[in-house]
Amino acid sequence: MPASLIQRYNLVLALYVALAIGAAYSLPFLRVSPNRLLSGEPIYLWEVLQQQGSQLIVTLMWAILALLCIAVWQPKRHITHALVFLAMAANLAGMWVLAGYFANSATQPENPFARTALGAGFWTLVAIAWMIALEAIDRFKLTTLQRLHMQGAFLLPFLLLLNEGQNLSIAKEYANQSDVFGPAILRHLQIVFLAVVPALLIGLLLAWRMTKVRSLRQALFPVLNLIQTIPSIALFGLLMAPLAWVAIQLPALGRAGISGVGLAPAVIALFMYALLPIVRSALAGLEQVPAEAINAARAMGMSAGQLLWQVELPLAMPVLLIGLRTAVVQTTGLAAVSALVGAGGLGQIMFDGLFSAANELVILGVIPIVFLALLADTFFKVLSSLIKKRP
Amino acid sequence: MMIRFQHTRKIYGGAAAITDLNLDIQQGELLVLLGPSGSGKSTVLKMVNRMVSHDSGQILFKGKEINSFNVQDLRRRMGYAIQSVGLFPHRTVAHNIATVPKLLGWDAQRVQARTYELLQLLAMDPEQYASRYPHQLSGGQQQRVGVARALAADPDVLLMDEPFGALDPVTRAALQVALKKIHRSTGKTILFVTHDIDEALLLATRIVLLNQGQITQAGTPLELLQQPANDFVADFLGRADLGLKQLSLRSIAPYTKAIEGTEPSHTIPLTATLREAISHMATLHVSTLSVTGETGIVLGQVQAADLLEN
Repeated sequence: MPASLIQRYNLVLALYVALAIGAAYSLPFLRVSPNRLLSGEPIYLWEVLQQQGSQLIVTLMWAILALLCIAVWQPKRHITHALVFLAMAANLAGMWVLAGYFANSATQPENPFARTALGAGFWTLVAIAWMIALEAIDRFKLTTLQRLHMQGAFLLPFLLLLNEGQNLSIAKEYANQSDVFGPAILRHLQIVFLAVVPALLIGLLLAWRMTKVRSLRQALFPVLNLIQTIPSIALFGLLMAPLAWVAIQLPALGRAGISGVGLAPAVIALFMYALLPIVRSALAGLEQVPAEAINAARAMGMSAGQLLWQVELPLAMPVLLIGLRTAVVQTTGLAAVSALVGAGGLGQIMFDGLFSAANELVILGVIPIVFLALLADTFFKVLSSLIKKRP
Repeated sequence: MMIRFQHTRKIYGGAAAITDLNLDIQQGELLVLLGPSGSGKSTVLKMVNRMVSHDSGQILFKGKEINSFNVQDLRRRMGYAIQSVGLFPHRTVAHNIATVPKLLGWDAQRVQARTYELLQLLAMDPEQYASRYPHQLSGGQQQRVGVARALAADPDVLLMDEPFGALDPVTRAALQVALKKIHRSTGKTILFVTHDIDEALLLATRIVLLNQGQITQAGTPLELLQQPANDFVADFLGRADLGLKQLSLRSIAPYTKAIEGTEPSHTIPLTATLREAISHMATLHVSTLSVTGETGIVLGQVQAADLLEN
């Protein structure tokens, strides 16, 4: 009787615990190497614990494991979820501090180039801790805003103890490159903004025309769908030649920054990708506006523009926001690839890491991208929940 | 002259929906367009505010062809209420009512004052309802707001397309009474479409009976009942109880006489119709009733024989 088993016990949590134990034993928690480019010696979690040797930490780890086992058996209690949540927040910060202390002791004055890098085991355990915390938060049945606060609270202990990991390889990479992060983030936001805002305006206009002209829909959707299937790198590449030609033919545009490489092909390609989710959601939103409301608005003497701004758009907004959210999150991710055509942004850091085989640098490029995408996702979720409050 | 149709035609898909319509609507009339489904009554109404365009002939509004007006200006001068109401779900009751005044650029204070005045006119407490959303209202309340919205900018004409068709009988009766009061107190020209004969008889100062895109008969409710122009009119109005319907249009006041002898024990108010008086007599098994005034004092009596003699 699997259904009752799932109701009775938290089997999802049990799976996470099993995965975590497996990861802790089979994947290296850290890697120590003589310099940043070598992949280094694997260090497993139990080795770290032996070396750091604190009985307190070991006891705490067993306590967390015991708590998780209890939570698997008793999934109905709020106190259990709260404790699991707190334990996972502590776990994240604890693993960071543990790795940081190990790095402190591994840093030898005679070899200043030695690196202590975070291993696959660390990242897997972090990901599992995050999933377990999310699962615990879900069981509280909170509003969107409350859930966001909980997610923020999860990161708080880690952020407070961020400095403890300063001798880890990832922190050293950041220290080396710290001056490029600010401009890279701004550039990334610029790319996303330049692609999504025109896509929103033009997408809305297209969807609005589609509600009136059926043939436009039949003509346009196959094109938008086709664009979506082209791999992003290919689309960037395809745009380079025509844009280079345009820049040569029209020097004024060239001086304005249009060229085969850089911002122009990136923004145009991302604009085309963003168009499909926006047009689709805007059309779905406009089509569910009650016909009698539109009829009444026209009969009361609203012009087409007034009808759009005062009736159609506000009523389509909840559905439109879903598509806009998809478009922004998707563009934030795809914008990373646009570094390949010289558009810059956080993708640049990521590719620098890839091409110099510095995994930590790749991660440093990826983390802000993920963070920006999550931020955008959160922003639109909050906006949607605010709009839903007003019927 | 508020509205004049001159040889107006409307063709849908090759077939004439309205053939050669000639009709004058005077200022202050409550004109009911009555007819079976497909008779073209809704089309006539929608041609007035150009929701449907006429194909030939003319429609004059205050003496000018409606096509010579800017379409938005024309519509803002005509209130519009329909069966499905069509309130804006994202706007409050007050905001819904304020739609046309805001389009016309009234200042906020005037809009607010007008909104409250209209809610009171339709017997809805402004304090309680102004900030509600349409989905928080009952069907009857929604239609009250719909009527208030149609009246908001004090339009020259009120166009109503079966506005009470979807309401339960009790709510419908209440709104009919409310509309009658509004018509009496404001003197608005109202064009009202319905297929409900009783509604037409109750509300209309004049009924235009349409069939297959043509006027079959036009006249006061009593004229239609007393002199139906042809079999169609008689059948549509309900041949079997034409007499009863006539009775329902007449007050008992002219039939009330001073009491001679004993005062009848059962009473009826002076505002009752002949139909109500006879119905009372039938259920109570009496042939005379005492007629009472507003305060309840007996004014006289009515006798069955007199009522049926007319």
